[in-house]
Amino acid sequence: MKTIEDLKRLRDRVQSETRVRQESSKQIIVGMGTCGIAAGAREVMSAILDEIAKRKLEDITVRQTGCIGMCEKEVLVDIVLPGQPRITYGRVTPADIPKIITQHVINGQLIKEMVVGKITE
Amino acid sequence: MRELSLHLLDLVQNSIEAGANKVTLEIIEDIQTMDTFVIRVTDNGRGMDEATCKNVLDPFVTTRTTRRVGLGLPLIDMSTKQCNGKLTVTSTPGCGTVVEALYQHSHLDRPPLGRIVETIRSIIIANPALDFSYCHTVDRAVFSVATRELIEILDDIPLTQPDVLVWLNEYLTNNVMNLYK
Repeated sequence: MKTIEDLKRLRDRVQSETRVRQESSKQIIVGMGTCGIAAGAREVMSAILDEIAKRKLEDITVRQTGCIGMCEKEVLVDIVLPGQPRITYGRVTPADIPKIITQHVINGQLIKEMVVGKITE
Repeated sequence: MRELSLHLLDLVQNSIEAGANKVTLEIIEDIQTMDTFVIRVTDNGRGMDEATCKNVLDPFVTTRTTRRVGLGLPLIDMSTKQCNGKLTVTSTPGCGTVVEALYQHSHLDRPPLGRIVETIRSIIIANPALDFSYCHTVDRAVFSVATRELIEILDDIPLTQPDVLVWLNEYLTNNVMNLYK
């Protein structure tokens, strides 16, 4: 049974282990409009969180966004790495997540066949 | 959508798109006396005037500009009506909106709550700036959690810190399971 006390202990441990914490720069954004949710966005989100926990990735932020009008290509997952254009992957399933995280988020290589959009900010 | 917990995710996203920075999600299951299942989402978003509020159950009315059909609320409305319940939307412009869905708890067609832990975990982690709270009641058992209390404890550690993710998952799973004991 996990308690709030466990979270406090966890905080103290993590704070003693980490040195200067930098503002997280890698972002993963999941489309959570009605269209995204109906296409399985929550399961994709869970797969992302599980993968972050499993691989112990410390520098990733996860956000959600609404419908952007590409409903037929949901579930949409955007990856934003520092200094790079925002890449949108379409028709993402939980099974694609390990590949997106290892290949793109960690190693910085696009998975070209899944890209449906690119925004240079 | 087959699960009420998916509708809840949808409702919270509606609140966020209405500019809310505070959202409360309540699930009230009264099994023993009233046989009711209520889900309620209260936000402090921009709200709607009376005319818009009346129209929200029409799938061809939406404020979104990215597509012309809005199915979230009409789908919930339909599912409540199939279960001797109803959907109520009350809103005050500039103050916020309350969406309440009522079902007969024991109704055979009532969608299951489904994986509520995944829904709550997703909302908390993907919206750390949202003042979100969740309160779930099953008869006399209550569990509640709020993003703000977690962030206060965590100090500068992000919610996506891997050990925090594992803790949160277990914390939510344990506590929700306890409600049904």
